[in-house]
Amino acid sequence: MDLLPAALLGAILGLDVVGFPQAMISRPLVAATVAGAFAGDPERGLIIGVVLEMIALGTLPFGASRYPEWGSASVVGGVLYAQGASAPVGQLALAVLAALLTAWASGESMVLVRQWNARLAHGAQTALAAGDAAAIRRLQLLGLTADAARGAIVTFLALLLLTPAVAAIVPRWSGSPMTERTVLIGLTAALGAATIWMLVRGTSAARGLAVFGIALGVTWFL
Amino acid sequence: MVPVSPPALPWSTRVVMMLRLFAVQGAWNYETMIGNGIAFALEPALRYLPDGRDGPAYRAAVARHSGYFNAHPYLASLAVGALARAELDRVDPALIERMRSACCGPLGSTGDRLIWAGWLPLCSLMALFAFGLGLGPLGVVVLFLGTYNLGHVLVRFWAIDAGWREGLRLASVLATPAFRQAPVLIGRIMALLAGVAVPLAVARVVGADRVALVSALGVALCWTIGTALVSRRLDGWRAALAAVAAYVLYSTVL
Repeated sequence: MDLLPAALLGAILGLDVVGFPQAMISRPLVAATVAGAFAGDPERGLIIGVVLEMIALGTLPFGASRYPEWGSASVVGGVLYAQGASAPVGQLALAVLAALLTAWASGESMVLVRQWNARLAHGAQTALAAGDAAAIRRLQLLGLTADAARGAIVTFLALLLLTPAVAAIVPRWSGSPMTERTVLIGLTAALGAATIWMLVRGTSAARGLAVFGIALGVTWFL
Repeated sequence: MVPVSPPALPWSTRVVMMLRLFAVQGAWNYETMIGNGIAFALEPALRYLPDGRDGPAYRAAVARHSGYFNAHPYLASLAVGALARAELDRVDPALIERMRSACCGPLGSTGDRLIWAGWLPLCSLMALFAFGLGLGPLGVVVLFLGTYNLGHVLVRFWAIDAGWREGLRLASVLATPAFRQAPVLIGRIMALLAGVAVPLAVARVVGADRVALVSALGVALCWTIGTALVSRRLDGWRAALAAVAAYVLYSTVL
């Protein structure tokens, strides 16, 4: 996949995380699937989207807290996994690792944009105190543009650096595809389940309902 | 108290305010948080103040609302509706300032509990459940986005309307039993759904291999119990990063 369309997708999905419109198109389930479709394999995009979504369940965007940015990261993960359909093993783990590294870097880049927004707001203080609506519109526009540019740059750089890195590491991989999937989904499902437990453990009847749900789930596929 | 019927605010203005609210966090920063976004969303309503856009009332109101404000982005619509009503009712600016300060905390905590810790993970679990049942990429994406945004957009529309209707009596809206009961109900559904959805999603990723499936679920169960017992504040993505990096090293170097 070309880098520029992927970077554009990263801009749109990265912007959704906080800036606009927060419709959750940036969630890994959606973003990685769409990125996989862009790269020619939506099914593989969905698989890595599920793996990343289980991790992302634990990073809720509470206020001013620092959290990884999943929009751009999911584009990177989705593209890398979808592109590696010919690799027998290793591609999923490496794409997940690449997505996690991108999510961390992209989360840090959000902090930089927020600091830049603060400097702009500080500079516009006189106009704001005078009730200048144009200054408010300008700050909104600059903030949104910076956030979109941030998503694009992070996605572009991550794919530029990580695509050749993944291609170089995949041939060195030892182990079976089944082990790879088992380890990754086992690990991430645990994180997802633990997160849900953290969220619901204070709710009355949650313990019984969770046990009943697990029994239902196990019965279903047995 | 005799109920006061709200003055008319044209629908076109409400729609513009609503659209602007989708970008309420566009200039998010560590000094004024979403203050600029609140002023941005309120501004179309403030044009109805005496003397319009160039009047002193308009400028004073724009200046007042561009300062610090923090709330959940969806429930910020409630504040915007209420503040617009208060401004157009020509309420004392000191009272408006007090309401602005007072509603930040409740709007933030209510929204976090209801949306970020409730509706969002619930919709994710529904989509994972659908994935586990065999739904394809398009179906999973449409199901997740459709369900999530039905709730999201309804909350935003309801909130701006309720805020406008109640004005300074915003606390009465937040005291509605639904805000207390909904997170409990969502929590119970999540507990039940997680039990079904996670094993089914694992089964679909792993495929037909029973040994691998049991291994994956065993790993998941052990780690879940361990995490739930050991950590009170889960920072799962860092744990995932460390574990996946270790696995990659093990599979390529060792």
